[in-house]
Amino acid sequence: MVDLIIIGAGPAGITASVYAARKKMNLLVISKDIGGQAAWSGDIENYTGYQFITGPDLTAKFQEHMRNYAIPLKEQETATLVKKTNDSLKVVTDKDTYEARAVIVASGKRSRELGVPGEKEFKNKGLTYCATCDGPLFADKDVAVIGGGNSALDAALQLMKIARHTYIINIMQALGGDPVMREKIERSQAITIFNNTQVSAVLGEKFVSGIRIRRQNKEEILPVQGVFVEIGLLPNSEFVQGVELNEHKEIKVNASNETSIPGIFAAGDVTDVPEKQIIIAAGEGSKAALSAFRYLAQHNF
Amino acid sequence: MDSNVKVYSTPTCPWCIRTKQFLKDNNIPFEDVDVSSNQQAAEEMIQKSGQMGVPVLDINGQIIVGFDKEKINSVLGL
Repeated sequence: MVDLIIIGAGPAGITASVYAARKKMNLLVISKDIGGQAAWSGDIENYTGYQFITGPDLTAKFQEHMRNYAIPLKEQETATLVKKTNDSLKVVTDKDTYEARAVIVASGKRSRELGVPGEKEFKNKGLTYCATCDGPLFADKDVAVIGGGNSALDAALQLMKIARHTYIINIMQALGGDPVMREKIERSQAITIFNNTQVSAVLGEKFVSGIRIRRQNKEEILPVQGVFVEIGLLPNSEFVQGVELNEHKEIKVNASNETSIPGIFAAGDVTDVPEKQIIIAAGEGSKAALSAFRYLAQHNF
Repeated sequence: MDSNVKVYSTPTCPWCIRTKQFLKDNNIPFEDVDVSSNQQAAEEMIQKSGQMGVPVLDINGQIIVGFDKEKINSVLGL
C-alpha cells in the first residue's frame, strides 16, 4: 500500500507528483502516456515563463522535472477501476492491482469520435486525431479538419504550413475558438471554411480519398487525402466507481479538489473546473496534491 | 545481438520522441528517418506498415506501429 496514487501524467498529474514528492509522500504515478493533451498541442504561447514553446517541448520539461524527484511511474498502463474499500482505495489497471490511502484522478480527456461510416476503417490510413503527430505526412495533399473550436483551429494552422489546401468542416454557423487564431485562419489563402456543414462518411479504398459532406441541403463529395478529427473531447472519468459527475461526465470537485468520495481527489481536464488550460491543469494538480497531503495527515497516515 | 533498427518519425510527434528516448535509454543504436522532410521515406513507411501513423519501427524487417514498449522489448530481447 502506498500513500498516494496519481492516475494520469499530463500537466495536472505531473505537477501533483512533483508536489507530492516534495512532501516526501510515498507515491506512484500510473499513466497511459506522458504529457496528455499537452503533448499533442502545437504552439503554446500562454504558459507563463515561456513566451513560446511547443507541446512536445513543454512535456519534455515537465518530464525532466518529474525525473528530478525520481518519482515511480508506471507508463503505458491504463486504470480501469478506482474503488473505495473499507479502509483504503483499490486501483485496478489493465496490468495490475494496487492499494493506496489516497488517489488523485488526473486522467484528462480523450478525443471524441465522429461516429460516421469509414472512421474506424481509415484510422491511421488518412484519418487521424493528432495533427501535431501525423500532419507532416500530408505534405502537398488536400486535407479536411473536422470541427470549429480551438483544437480544430490549432490543427488547421499547423496544416496550413504543410498541406496543399486545408478545408475546415464546421457544423456550426461560425468558427469558435480564440479570435487571434481565427483571424490567422480567415486571412489564409490556403484554408477554406465550410460552415453549417456536416460529415456523413469517410471514403476511400486502402487510404482516405474523400469525405461525404452535407451543406446547404446538398450532399457532395470533397476529395481529400487526410481527415483530422477535432470535434472536442470526452472526460476519462468512467473508471472511478461511484464518484459524482456533472452533465458532461466530468468529475465534480470543490475548491480543494475533493470529489464526492473521501480520499479521492481529482484535477485538471477530467474535472468540472471551469476553463481547460495547461496552466490551470498544472495549478489544479498542485492543489490536489496539497489537499491529499492534508487529508493523509488528518487521518494519521 | 546486433539489431538493425529504423525509426520512421516526425519531429513533432510525442510518441516518436518517447520511442527514440526509450531506445537511447536502452543503448539501442537506430537510424532516425524523418518522414516529414523525406517524401520517399514516407512512402516507404506507408508501404511497409500499410498505414500512415507515426512512429513506425523496422527492427530487422519486423514492423511495429506506435510506441509499443512490450513489442519492442520482445523483438529486441530486452
